[in-house]
Amino acid sequence: MWLYVIKRIAQGIITVWFIATATFFAMHNVPGDPLLNDRAVTGSIRANLEAKYGLDQPLMTQYFIYLGNLTRGDFGISFTQENREVNDIIRQHFPVSAILGVLAVVFAAVGGVLWGALTALFRNRLPDYVIMFLVILGISVPSFVLAALSQLALVNINSIFGTTVLPVAGWGTVSHMLVPALVLGLGTMAYLTRLMRSSMLEVISSDYVRTAKSKGLPATRIFTRHQLRNAILPVITVLGPAIAAITTGGFVVELVFAIPGLGRFFVEAVQQLDYTVIMGTTVFYGAFLVFMVILVDLLYGFIDPRVRLH
Amino acid sequence: MALNGDPEVILTEQNFTRSAGRQLALYALYALLALVALVYLLSLVMGEASGNVTGSAIDVDNNSITITLREEPPQLDSGRATDAASFVVLAHTMEGLIGYDDNNQLVPGVAERWEIREDGATFWLREDARWNDGRPVTAHDFVFAWSRVVDPATGSEYSFILYPLKNAEAINNGELPVSYLGVEALDDFTLEVTFERPTPYFEKLVAFNTYFPVREDFFASTAGRYGADADMLLYNGPYVISDWVHNASMRWEKNPYYWNDQKGFLDAINVGYITQDVNAKLNLFRDGQIVDTHLVAPMLPAAMEQRWHIQLFMEGTVFFLEFNHRDGRITDNYHFRKALQLAQDPAELVYKALKEASYLPAPSLFPEFISGVNGPFRKEYPPPEHRMNVEESRKHLEMARQELGIDEFPPVVLLTGDTPVALVAAEYYQALYKKHLGLDIRIDAQIFKQRLAKMTSGDFDIVLAGWGPDYDDALTFGDLFASWNLNNRGRYTSDRMDELVRIAQSSLDPQTRMDAFGEIQQLVYDDVVIIPMYERGWSYVVDPRLEGFKRRSIGPEVDYNYAYIESGN
Repeated sequence: MWLYVIKRIAQGIITVWFIATATFFAMHNVPGDPLLNDRAVTGSIRANLEAKYGLDQPLMTQYFIYLGNLTRGDFGISFTQENREVNDIIRQHFPVSAILGVLAVVFAAVGGVLWGALTALFRNRLPDYVIMFLVILGISVPSFVLAALSQLALVNINSIFGTTVLPVAGWGTVSHMLVPALVLGLGTMAYLTRLMRSSMLEVISSDYVRTAKSKGLPATRIFTRHQLRNAILPVITVLGPAIAAITTGGFVVELVFAIPGLGRFFVEAVQQLDYTVIMGTTVFYGAFLVFMVILVDLLYGFIDPRVRLH
Repeated sequence: MALNGDPEVILTEQNFTRSAGRQLALYALYALLALVALVYLLSLVMGEASGNVTGSAIDVDNNSITITLREEPPQLDSGRATDAASFVVLAHTMEGLIGYDDNNQLVPGVAERWEIREDGATFWLREDARWNDGRPVTAHDFVFAWSRVVDPATGSEYSFILYPLKNAEAINNGELPVSYLGVEALDDFTLEVTFERPTPYFEKLVAFNTYFPVREDFFASTAGRYGADADMLLYNGPYVISDWVHNASMRWEKNPYYWNDQKGFLDAINVGYITQDVNAKLNLFRDGQIVDTHLVAPMLPAAMEQRWHIQLFMEGTVFFLEFNHRDGRITDNYHFRKALQLAQDPAELVYKALKEASYLPAPSLFPEFISGVNGPFRKEYPPPEHRMNVEESRKHLEMARQELGIDEFPPVVLLTGDTPVALVAAEYYQALYKKHLGLDIRIDAQIFKQRLAKMTSGDFDIVLAGWGPDYDDALTFGDLFASWNLNNRGRYTSDRMDELVRIAQSSLDPQTRMDAFGEIQQLVYDDVVIIPMYERGWSYVVDPRLEGFKRRSIGPEVDYNYAYIESGN
């Protein structure tokens, strides 16, 4: 068991190193000059800026300096926000993205499992059709449309009640999180619903369920122990990557709702060629994703005794 | 053991669904309760934030307002700030020697009075101007700040704006030590400036952020983090930053030590949201959360339906087609440029292609707001009359063909940014020149940093470029095409232009200077240095209860220093 964990962690470190290396070289090959701005600067100022960010060194030297800093957990100073360290940016803004992401995943997982079970139970009947229609809608409508529409709806709701039922944008309290988290989680909820439905249908027609029924076990017991518990496994599997994906993919929602999350940095840094922030956020997110996958693999064993590791 | 339910009942499909459904409903109920509990727990952890109530844009009781900022201010060190968001914050929290009042007139700031001479200037500082720790703002604070800006180690991108000071450029290029800078504190309240060359517009320059004071002992105490956080700055303006949550919010409170009672009427200004999403801003404005927002063209009909008072402001940024004048480029050929000039009409671009109600067709390099000797510059020196003339244009193209000795023109590379407006404009010219001149225009759309890189290295024939003013003098546009100007990215060189710019820079007679600008305006048209496209403007709305809000072309784009809450109701 422990050997397996250590092996997975070692693999994870290699993966992260690979991500860091690939991003580093890809980034330096993106056309454009991170130090250029609207107002042209003289050669001597330029030289000073290059020296400050170490861009005057050959690329390979920069790479090794970068790797050295990385092992110490130092991502350097942002190019665009010159007074802030990338570490500070991650420390201050990742928790925002994370809390929003976790809430979204909770919404998505709970909703997905319940709706999926419901559609499977009432397959090819009205509830099934209605929910599956909504699911298709949820998967195909992009989140920026959903975010903008829900924000507009909030404005209208507030104006009808003449008071702030839920805030339109911003961050700070739980009421600021509810709608963005729902919007952020809706796509995943739709996806999980479909996954749960097909997984339920497979279980329903399996031999052990038929056996259980013929033994005369009560319906609730068959449903809970034999059907739900088995059908939920695939959902758990995708949950880890889903958490990572939602936490890192909140850019649009963060933008529309003016939420100070890390997703905005992740995207805007690329547009601004902010080298240190690109590297910092990419490596951080990469490590986060790897960690979530390992975590889910380990958790899996607790839920399904058949894959328990020895 | 009796099983649940009636053992007699055979488990039919229908019965199974019913009991399973009931079980599922029970789980759903549990899940819902768990979610409510989770949210409740979260709310206990996060606490209740104040504000953010519908209608909190204006808080009459506390005499405060809530606004948005376009982005997290990246640099609040006044010597190094270069962007609009930082300029807005600095304009409310700092003060230079001279400032602008609510009618865009120069008014005393830290300097009580001043004198500009041919060889230099003297500023007499007021003794009641104070930092927010209560200590007076002295001449030494300006000497320290300015020396820092020209020190190449600081890497200030706006250091060029201090070049009128003696030796500034040489110091900035690392040729002289910083102590040679032409500025000196004669005593605590007298600042003596020596010029490199006569600079009649110097009083307009010192209003700029880069000239703001910095106190040495405080700067040293921040250990390289000056401007990084609310407590890493010393303020001498109407407001101080009392709270700053990065990328989320800021709070500016009235500076108790600020001397001027004609400025800073509000007790506090809350930057409630940091966003440039124009839809989100509109929604916040409709919800009564913020006092002002700008509008884009598609929003105007709905805004008019709401009977909002929509205002228009020309921000003074001019956008143009800049030619690459480097040797070997076809755009180096005068007749080729003339052909392109004659085949287009900025009015058609603005009214038929861009359709932005707040944009104006630009007839000149100089925007509307630039002043001349007595009145507006463009009244005194009307821009050259332009008429679209395809026939004439084709003649010039033919002449270009002969001069260049080619049978067919190669595709012309039109470099542009990736914003929607830039792309529409680029496609407009592509279609236009294909139709009238049979020219192939190849659009090269790039992200901001790459467009700049290509502009700097000269990898283009034509580029969609823009220029905004730094200070309130025609020179901020007028010297753009001097051969030595690093921002002249098309490398236009002409002896006449250089001569005119030198006159405009150094002449002490306003009439002579303006004549030079008038001639520059004509030369830009006659020699087709650029083709002006449009001047950018903003449509915006302000909460009717707020008076004195200003948008500016020079300095901060939005200014709440003179804003106050109408006490009518």
